[in-house]
Amino acid sequence: MSALIETKDLKKYFKVSNGYLHAVDGVNIAIDEGKTLGVVGESGCGKSTLGRAVLRLHEPTSGEIYYKGENIMAYDKAKMRELRREMQIIFQDPYSSINPRMSVQEIIAEPLIINKMFKTRAEVFDRVAELMDTVGLAERLSGAYPHELDGGRRQRIGVARALSLNPKFIVCDEPVSALDVSIQAQILNLLMDLQDELGLTYMFITHDLSVVKHISTEIAVMYLGMCIERAPSKELFKNPKHPYTRALLSAIPIPNVEMRNKKIEVIKGEVTSPVNPKPGCRFAPRCPHATEACTAETPEFREISPGHFCACPFAQ
Amino acid sequence: MSNAAAAKTQSRKKSKKNSQLKEVWRRFRKNKSAMVGLVILVIFALAAIFADLIVPYERAIEQNGSVRLQGPSSEHWFGTDAFGRDTFARIIHGSRVSLSIGFAAVGISLIIGGFLGAAAGYYGGRTDNIIMRIMDVFTCVPGILLALAIVAALGSSMTNLLIAITIANIPGFVRLVRSSILTVVENDFIEAARSYGAKDFRIIVKYILPNAMGPIIVQATMGIAGMILSASGLSYMGMGIQPPRPEWGAMLSEAKDYMRTAPYLLLFPGFAILISALCFNLVGDGLRDALDPKLKD
Amino acid sequence: MSERLLEIHDLEVIYKTGLETVYAVNKINLSLDKGKTLGLVGETGAGKTTTALAILALLPERTAHVKGEIIFDGQDLLKLKEYELREIRGEKISMIFQDPMTSLNPILTVGSQISEALMLHNDQNRSKEEIEARVEEVLEMVGIPAFRKKDYPHQFSGGMKQRVVIAIALACEPELLIADEPTTALDVTIQAQVLAMMNELRERLQTSMIMITHDLGIVAQTCDDVAVMYAGEIIEYGTAIDVFTGDKHHPYTVGLFGSIPNLEVDSPRLSPIEGLMPDPTDLPQGCKFSPRCPKCMDICREVPPTDYVEGGHRICCHLFNKEGTK
Repeated sequence: MSALIETKDLKKYFKVSNGYLHAVDGVNIAIDEGKTLGVVGESGCGKSTLGRAVLRLHEPTSGEIYYKGENIMAYDKAKMRELRREMQIIFQDPYSSINPRMSVQEIIAEPLIINKMFKTRAEVFDRVAELMDTVGLAERLSGAYPHELDGGRRQRIGVARALSLNPKFIVCDEPVSALDVSIQAQILNLLMDLQDELGLTYMFITHDLSVVKHISTEIAVMYLGMCIERAPSKELFKNPKHPYTRALLSAIPIPNVEMRNKKIEVIKGEVTSPVNPKPGCRFAPRCPHATEACTAETPEFREISPGHFCACPFAQ
Repeated sequence: MSNAAAAKTQSRKKSKKNSQLKEVWRRFRKNKSAMVGLVILVIFALAAIFADLIVPYERAIEQNGSVRLQGPSSEHWFGTDAFGRDTFARIIHGSRVSLSIGFAAVGISLIIGGFLGAAAGYYGGRTDNIIMRIMDVFTCVPGILLALAIVAALGSSMTNLLIAITIANIPGFVRLVRSSILTVVENDFIEAARSYGAKDFRIIVKYILPNAMGPIIVQATMGIAGMILSASGLSYMGMGIQPPRPEWGAMLSEAKDYMRTAPYLLLFPGFAILISALCFNLVGDGLRDALDPKLKD
Repeated sequence: MSERLLEIHDLEVIYKTGLETVYAVNKINLSLDKGKTLGLVGETGAGKTTTALAILALLPERTAHVKGEIIFDGQDLLKLKEYELREIRGEKISMIFQDPMTSLNPILTVGSQISEALMLHNDQNRSKEEIEARVEEVLEMVGIPAFRKKDYPHQFSGGMKQRVVIAIALACEPELLIADEPTTALDVTIQAQVLAMMNELRERLQTSMIMITHDLGIVAQTCDDVAVMYAGEIIEYGTAIDVFTGDKHHPYTVGLFGSIPNLEVDSPRLSPIEGLMPDPTDLPQGCKFSPRCPKCMDICREVPPTDYVEGGHRICCHLFNKEGTK
């Protein structure tokens, strides 16, 4: 089966006062239809930019994006607008991602009206009612305004809005990070149910490895704009190869008192600046195993076992 | 089912559109001082509109040597001025000039300033730079001086006064509109709108403006007060409305010579300016609170 | 037996504004021994931060009504005058706030912010030089090179800023440290660094700590005792072993554990708690959790439950009280 969406050497640089910020620097990903790719990394690693670049919401600096085998980088504005119906995004912050001046049903109806999906308003509102039911919003809320609702319900509005155009591919940009634990689980379950029902393909962006474990079929770990490890979900958790992935995994506090004295691989230092990065492995300054060779040239992103890619020369 | 659903959507649609305005009005009504301001302004506006029915224009301009500088009486409620003109009539007819200058100046500078500010804020980059630098040039000169210079150059007339005040006030509105738009553009819902294919025009009209409107409406309401004051000020300096046309500032100017003998000549136009300016500010404050959906009740 | 440092009896905090009454904290009981760490766990609006602010008497006086007793080192903090409280704040009890970006003053160097804390509580009559020496010592203690004391907050990254905040809090060697979500704003690898540092310092200085968090993982890694809060009440209380391993739990605690993805077990779905946190202006009658509780019984809707006690383990639920066992 070929991938639904695929990027080849995707780059997005931002011009800043003292050079270029390499937000996304040559990322190759591929997501099969109906599957979920988890994109994990810490703040500033370029994961959100990657999500927006894939949708061309941020115009990529270079590289190719293939959707159903077609290079969408060659599409013009009008064709891209048409394609957006099939590619949607759910945002992190349920407070800033919906227009406070519109009621719930207006927000959900907006994509339908803009894309002229129905002829009459009655049809539009019937579809809105159906969508509200799908994401578990009570019908009585249709006239409510966002500020009257809590974060979980607002995020459900965001999900309903993203679903309204019957997309095939949805970028979920930290959709549960701003929510409480019990609400987080509700939204995660909703997203998983929707995937089963509608055959959706997700790119799930998060900083929290434990969140993606359940929802992803494959996980890509990013560090300073580069994808440093990619593997099927189970494989990555069982067998992390890159030193950064290992540190990330061991840094998660585990809710189990018996694990309290577990040795944590605390990595020293902090993320360096993504502006004009030096050649070589970007994790090298913090890496406990770094050698001179690591700072000399950028390590190859190679397949170390079937389906498991890693950008560390020592991984095997 | 489809019938019931259709009926439901119908009722939903109807109740919706005006509910937001109703909500704003409900909250505005709760604010007592704003309501007082609004009532007084409505009275002023009615007086301006129906000025001819209240008191004929002739009484405001006809000079009558026999009744010069008379104090308030049943014949002349607010007394008469040095030319024997009825002050009450002049105030009523003067409100026409003052209020219309206020509204017109705000309206025009809001439209021009709003357009420039929106372009600067939404497109950013070079557009932003060019517009804002031109505005900087305007703000280098104090507003009242700029207005004075414009009137002096063009000659004093009502139209020129309006042009002068409008130009002097545009930079303020550009700045305000630009900054409120900049804060709205930051929000993810703008990006969301782009993601489902909304075009720039729809984004500006349906997403940005409604969210940026609050401070702009407030500034505009309060701006009217300021414009009335600057129009009065210019007229006071003899650069605005020319006699015998009644205007509050010009009346003040004429009255200053009789300050000791006939203080009421100063008092009434002064109060008219003060009260209308105050009321516009009160209404502006009330609107700001009523328009913020987060400040529920 | 170790010494009691803090004891809270029937603490109640009600916010009254012109329009509504918010029941933020409802009759909670807590105790903390010297050198121990207590974890306060719960979701947004559970009353964790209000409890912490009540201990420091930092609640807004005009709107917050506080009742009960907070016994710290033998004296009731709620009965103290403002100037007496100032002596205690910062010197005996200090607090670390969630957001390191906003809890430092951007126009003062970090060194001067630490020395200010020291000068305000200068009981030992330290000289200027001694204070400077102490500033450097504290910075080194939290893993920041001493020469950076002349730097301003914006020159530090998020994790480093939180270290500075911790340095300020520990400068006067407080007996009690209240940490309100100290690592929530940080990245996981940085969080691991800061937590490791805090654990080490706590052992070295023997400071008691109240750790407020929503992350059960952090609790498991750092706390001796745990109090789970829900809608202003402590619904389960005990040692970390009791709460994390024992076989009897409050249904909310069970739900909380079900909501977090477990890295060790493979399960395709999470088992969240249905529904939402109750509105604190209009709490349900009886048990506050009853509308969301999967094991709700008739009695739960009417009668507020009392604590079921088993050793030091308290569960506020009817399930266990009825026959003693489930």
